[in-house]
Amino acid sequence: MISRTRHQLEFIGELVSLTFQTLKASLSRPFYWLRLLEQIVELGQRSLSITIVIGFIMGLVMTLQFGYGLAKFGGTLYVPAIVSLSLIREMAPIFTSLLVAGRIGSGIAAEIGAMNVTQQIDAIRALGTSPVRVLVVPRMVAAMLTLPLLGILATFVGIIGGAIIARSEFDIAYGFYVNKVLATIQLHDVFSCYIKCMFFAFIITLFACWRGFNTKEGTRGVGEAATWVVVRSSIVILISDFFLSKALILLFD
Amino acid sequence: MEEILRVKNLKKTFGEKTIHHAINFTLHKSETIGLLGNSGTGKSVLLRCLIGLETMDDGEVWLGKERIDLLKEEAMFKIRTRISYAFQSGALFDSLNVYENIAYPLREHLKLTHKEEEARVSEMLKLVRIGESGELFPSDLSGGMQKRAGLARAMVLYPEIILYDEPTAGLDPVNVENVLEIMRAFKAKGTAGIFVTHDIIAAKKVCDRLLIVDSGRIVFEGTVKQFEESTNDIVKNFQSTH
Repeated sequence: MISRTRHQLEFIGELVSLTFQTLKASLSRPFYWLRLLEQIVELGQRSLSITIVIGFIMGLVMTLQFGYGLAKFGGTLYVPAIVSLSLIREMAPIFTSLLVAGRIGSGIAAEIGAMNVTQQIDAIRALGTSPVRVLVVPRMVAAMLTLPLLGILATFVGIIGGAIIARSEFDIAYGFYVNKVLATIQLHDVFSCYIKCMFFAFIITLFACWRGFNTKEGTRGVGEAATWVVVRSSIVILISDFFLSKALILLFD
Repeated sequence: MEEILRVKNLKKTFGEKTIHHAINFTLHKSETIGLLGNSGTGKSVLLRCLIGLETMDDGEVWLGKERIDLLKEEAMFKIRTRISYAFQSGALFDSLNVYENIAYPLREHLKLTHKEEEARVSEMLKLVRIGESGELFPSDLSGGMQKRAGLARAMVLYPEIILYDEPTAGLDPVNVENVLEIMRAFKAKGTAGIFVTHDIIAAKKVCDRLLIVDSGRIVFEGTVKQFEESTNDIVKNFQSTH
């Protein structure tokens, strides 16, 4: 029990240390702009199509469920407001982040883990450079810039999906749907989506990079690192979502 | 001869296990010393301690007149341009081709023009005899070529010292000779070296002095001739088993 607690405290301590190292490296020279650009393209390219699909499906399903649910109480006309608000505040940030955790987080852990077991991380240090600066900073900054945009995109595509179902299933006109959405979503809702996605991006890359740096046992360890990141970061994303939602509601509502 | 590296009472432990009790030796300018010992005697750990890739528990490491074992990681970055490390496997970056791998330290530490960079990398590629492989990625190279590219990357900043971590391990005799030839070429340029190996024949060919590590201590230090004539039981045992 004591050993387990000690292990957990060490883990938290190492995450905090990595956060400070990353912050320090982000704010000092040299900054690897080209690597950042590569990571943004990589992250965006690998997540774009799946984000669109997920966002669209979310919009379809939520509109269908809310539409039939609210129809029982004569509340069908509230569907655009409820769907759009749910999407931007909760569903889009959460689903996009879980998706990125699965796709990008595991990729980062596997890549850095493979570099670690093949002594490439040691080589970065031996050549007089910092692995945090070279590997962590570009990935973390790229994720924190890109994931919010993917979250907004997922919301936008979800609203389109919702409008199509609202028209076909509940006979809600496109114009009415769009007006209701625009009247419901406030700037602070967009901001909430942005903040959540940025925080989740930070969690995913922090966990992925830490696990990559601590990968042992060759290729087996690399596989385990990828799985570990998906599980741990998904749990932390879901738990922290509750507290973030509460904080953002207190702040804006 | 000018002394450029001094190791004093270096101690290293992993948990309860003591790897090195008190290691002492010096390295002189343009000199290559061979660090011999059986597998698991901590030769590579010793090399890693010298440039701070591994923390040591006690002792001192002096580079010229500067004590470097107390330096923080960021201060060590500059030291690592003066002492470079040639990894056993080459440890080339997968995502970069051979040219970019060799140019990496130049881009990080020197502000060279494109022409100057190209000239320096070409010089290194020729020196390690993989002149035509600049565009290839590490996965396209044989084990021997990867080691040679790793040696080129270690040499590209013209360091004062290169730490060779078993550069000949796992190579066929022709490739071993190639690597030794490269080490001689580096030495001819005035670079000192510490050659970790358990290959006595290879060590004799390039080293000025040989050191034998056993049970966490240096049990023999001397020239190749002294090594061959030694009556030390550990040395004789090592000679007969390798």
